[in-house]
Amino acid sequence: MFRRQGDRYVATFAVDEVRVLRKVAAEVVGLLTDGFDHTDPVVGRLFPEVYPEDASGTAEFRRYTEGDLKTAKIDQAGAILASLPDSAGGEVRLDAEAAEAWLRALNDARLAMGVRLEIKDGTDLGEELDDAVAEDPTSSRVFQLSVYAYLGYLQESLLNALID
Amino acid sequence: MGGMAAPQVAPVETPDTDEVPASDRPWVTIVWDDPVNLMPYVTWVFQKLFGYSREKAEQLMLDVHHKGRAVVSSGARERMEHDASQLHAYGLWATVDRS
Repeated sequence: MFRRQGDRYVATFAVDEVRVLRKVAAEVVGLLTDGFDHTDPVVGRLFPEVYPEDASGTAEFRRYTEGDLKTAKIDQAGAILASLPDSAGGEVRLDAEAAEAWLRALNDARLAMGVRLEIKDGTDLGEELDDAVAEDPTSSRVFQLSVYAYLGYLQESLLNALID
Repeated sequence: MGGMAAPQVAPVETPDTDEVPASDRPWVTIVWDDPVNLMPYVTWVFQKLFGYSREKAEQLMLDVHHKGRAVVSSGARERMEHDASQLHAYGLWATVDRS
């Protein structure tokens, strides 16, 4: 979890955490490059229709803004990949700019996972996790829900360090 | 006032918004509630992007959370589209509409 040290934002990650963060950041990059598809609900959530009742207005808006937005999102996921230790665990030290890129990238990853996991308003994450474990503790849903919860705690710790 | 009768003055017409051409009416940026974004993150984004005070940003966040949506800025259409794309960069669900 992140904490503030002078003008740096510092966290120590175990090797498993590094692996998970690499995976989720790489998945976001994949979604925004090769896998880019407006009909994918995750892409729909990351690039919302700016005029829900005006398809041509939305298309026009996208024509002017989507390239920059895509680049920004790829860059912020890239900021995570660039600052993680190579393979082992270790410390990450971020300046304010990198910390904000991480914050936005963690948010994108959580949005993407939230769509796939069908997180709704009022979803109790602990309860979802208990149900998934009861069904099959080795399932991918158990893993995904744990990662989603972990990213939330990590994002919150970074936000608190930034506001502090 | 003497004993003279007051002159008849026609009542001043109050401008009716309905008579303002639609194209001159300001536009608004709306942020919608979503189940993923953390509440303090949304507050932080409103402060960051719009320079709102913590109190104002927090109130807007609570409006989004409790009412399902809130108007976060208003003005010219191009300006609102800019705001919406910035909000999208931060992962907020923003749309643009006429006020």
